[in-house]
Amino acid sequence: MSATPQQRFETLLGALRDTLQVGEQFTLGYSAEQSQFIRFNHALVRQAGEVSQASVQLRLMRDGRQAEQQITLGDDAVLDRTRLADALSQLRQTLPLLPVDPYLRLDDTPWHSHSQQDHPLPELDEVLALIEREAGDLDLVGIYAAGPICRGFANSFGAFGWHQANSFNMDWSLFHSNGQAVKANYAGQVWHADDFTARLRQAREQLAFLGRPAITLKPGSYRAYLAPAAMDEIAGMLCWGGFSAQALATGNSALQRLYNGDARLSPLVSFDEQVSGSLSPAFSDEGSPRLDVPLITQGQAVQRLISARSAAEFALQANGADSYESPCALSLAPGNLASEAILERLGTGLYISNLWYLNYSDLPAARMTGLTRFATFWVENGEIQGPVSTMRFDDSLYSLLGNQLEDLTREREMILSTSTYGQRSTGSSHLPGALVKGLTLTL
Amino acid sequence: MFDSSALLRQRFAALRSTAELFSLRHVKQSHQALSVRRNVAEPPFFSQDEGAMLTVRVNGVEAYAATADLSQHGLQQALERAEALARQIAGHSLLDLREQPVTSARHDHVSPHFDQPLPSLADCLGLLAAESASVPKDSRLVDWQAGLGMSVVEQTYLNSAGAELRHAQRFLFPGLSVTASDGQDSQSRSLGRDNFGQQGGFEIVERCGLISAASRVADEALQLLLAPNTPSGPHDLLLMPDQMMLQIHESIGHPLEMDRILGDERNYAGTSFVKASDFGHLQYGSALLNVTFDPTIGEELASYSYDDDGTQASKQFLIRDGLLLRPLGGALSQFRSGLDGVANSRACGWNRAPIDRMANLNIEPGDRSLAQLVKGIEHGILMRTNRSWSIDDARNKFQFGCEWGQLIENGELKGVVKNPNYRGISAQFWRNLSAVGDRSTFQVLGTPNCGKGEPNQVVRVGHASPACVFRQIDVFGGDA
Repeated sequence: MSATPQQRFETLLGALRDTLQVGEQFTLGYSAEQSQFIRFNHALVRQAGEVSQASVQLRLMRDGRQAEQQITLGDDAVLDRTRLADALSQLRQTLPLLPVDPYLRLDDTPWHSHSQQDHPLPELDEVLALIEREAGDLDLVGIYAAGPICRGFANSFGAFGWHQANSFNMDWSLFHSNGQAVKANYAGQVWHADDFTARLRQAREQLAFLGRPAITLKPGSYRAYLAPAAMDEIAGMLCWGGFSAQALATGNSALQRLYNGDARLSPLVSFDEQVSGSLSPAFSDEGSPRLDVPLITQGQAVQRLISARSAAEFALQANGADSYESPCALSLAPGNLASEAILERLGTGLYISNLWYLNYSDLPAARMTGLTRFATFWVENGEIQGPVSTMRFDDSLYSLLGNQLEDLTREREMILSTSTYGQRSTGSSHLPGALVKGLTLTL
Repeated sequence: MFDSSALLRQRFAALRSTAELFSLRHVKQSHQALSVRRNVAEPPFFSQDEGAMLTVRVNGVEAYAATADLSQHGLQQALERAEALARQIAGHSLLDLREQPVTSARHDHVSPHFDQPLPSLADCLGLLAAESASVPKDSRLVDWQAGLGMSVVEQTYLNSAGAELRHAQRFLFPGLSVTASDGQDSQSRSLGRDNFGQQGGFEIVERCGLISAASRVADEALQLLLAPNTPSGPHDLLLMPDQMMLQIHESIGHPLEMDRILGDERNYAGTSFVKASDFGHLQYGSALLNVTFDPTIGEELASYSYDDDGTQASKQFLIRDGLLLRPLGGALSQFRSGLDGVANSRACGWNRAPIDRMANLNIEPGDRSLAQLVKGIEHGILMRTNRSWSIDDARNKFQFGCEWGQLIENGELKGVVKNPNYRGISAQFWRNLSAVGDRSTFQVLGTPNCGKGEPNQVVRVGHASPACVFRQIDVFGGDA
């Protein structure tokens, strides 16, 4: 019987401990996944494959110096021990070449964390049959990604963390023959065919609205409702250094003025890093237990995300952030707008299901630009009139989530990241929709 | 170099399969990242990655399995998993590839100066520390960083038709950035970083201009902090190569990717405003626009002899005299669409399958010096170094921002302006191309960060371009 991923990690950990020399300290991170990736186009399989991968990231410290090496593991215990020994050897040779690192700080608490869930995933045949049955007559395009994900961490101070979960993420769009599309997603750890079918049917129903003649808007300010998926794009921009202690200390955060106290958001806005209850590991890549951190409360900056390195550099207290100081489970508190009242409260304006390709047009002003994408509708007197051709917005966060924010929805969506760059992401966000009095469209 | 070849050949020969075609693509990559930030060396980061993708074709249906277990048993198991998957999806497959031609080519490709030793880690760190230390002491200079990334990639492609294609490449990414802030506004200026990557040896660091550049870059960041905002309204726009590369990338490269046009990317990266029927007919830009897929410039990031599906790469005009000629479509897209394409089927590593990607996508030089380009502008703005990019999913409506702007009045360069942004529509923008710089303005640049595909992939792409002038573009500044 082959070793489990946790056993493989522990074996490597034991080998590393056995070869550690006096004065050396280490951290060892582990990341592995077995993934099915099935791409669809026109509701048929465009590309199908399986990926089995595992790697460890070894950080060696001695005499105030540190260096890191990541190695891919080959699923061969002897070979993997050799690779780890080679990495250790290279790091040992490197350390004397480095100056003392004044920002080297270690979490030396011997914390323990263990989370493992083994909910069965659906058979691929079942997924393919469901898609054929429910969407065989539709132009469906997207990806099904599924399989176990493992993250581990240990260090020479005795800390040990293990996170293992089976998960799936079916992310798809349905295209109308006129080129308009609706996007949908079904993701999680426990697969229910009925839930997936319901999501598919809901998306199919939305297609009917997309068949109406497209409406082209002129640049200007429009009343708008931003659905949770659209809010996720805005939140994603804030995750890009917005809450980072380093970025805030060095003029590179879009929320500089908020954290300086020179600007504020609407009292309706409260952002938290809400790790507990999320699907993310309970420990950071740096090897600290992650904490729930209030970031913005009632429109005012509260805390920032502080890695151990930033804590040392800027004389702050670390709070379990990853080295990139980006939220992994951003949560925006709900408001009072009931989902069934969205169109009525919007009245006349834009219903925006998704935004796309955001970037900053003026970072210190938190001014961002991006585009509508997928199922954006023009609404008059609470009635959907038809889809809107792609429009660009360019507006400040201090406006959208500041004086222009009218309400947030009472219901929120848990949005699981679809990112598969390098590996499948465990990130998520928990967000309401937002009703804004004015969104500036420019092109 | 190619130390694994003999063993791979032996193991590949021993693989057993009932598939009509199978292949192995083995990729071994190492990476080293060095950085000095605010005069403190950050922990060096190294990585070693190695694995293989086994791909099979069974009754015209393809599937893959990727593994880092390179033992005979591991490879055989992966092959069998791929074969089982191909059979499993057979009734649901979009493509029938029974008639798709298969390569049997054999070739080696090696980066220029691949074997040239690089300076030691200590020397590299010393160079970066010297640059960092030469940033002037000024309380408004709040952040600065000098970095050097180095990657070495060796790939071997073997298939059951007898192909053996190997490439060995080394990439360097030198860079420097400085941020100035007055507490309210922040302005950054950079050199290299993600838009000056090349293949080769340490000569790349010199070619990038990193050495002794820090004080000038810092001074430019301070100038920006004091500068007025970019004025709004239609202006002639002089784009320098380090912004042209982004303009080419987003509004020519992505829209011409054939898999987007065929709909594969509609759920993620997007579609294209270009239709398959446009090739050979659409006037994409003015008659001055000549765009090539060029894998022959040795130092450019995506120069290679064969792509990751085994198609031989050669220089091709995608747009000539403004007329759209051919897409960025590899062998599979060519088979699906019936259009001639290029050798651009690429994967980011052993655990991702090749898809249509940009490679080296260049604009051919024109006949104007930089002085002539400036002189030809009555009322305009020079912009350099991209800092913000956003474009719609059909790659049409775009908005880009640069670090550095400079007014041009009556044929002369004038004052610096901050937050230079501009927006336009790809389908119209290139028709406003009114002057193209000569070879003296031409730069070979490239980025390691082109993202696309499901599952997601990031690949290195090269862009070489002269400076170019566009008439009457909508420009604007920031809020601050």
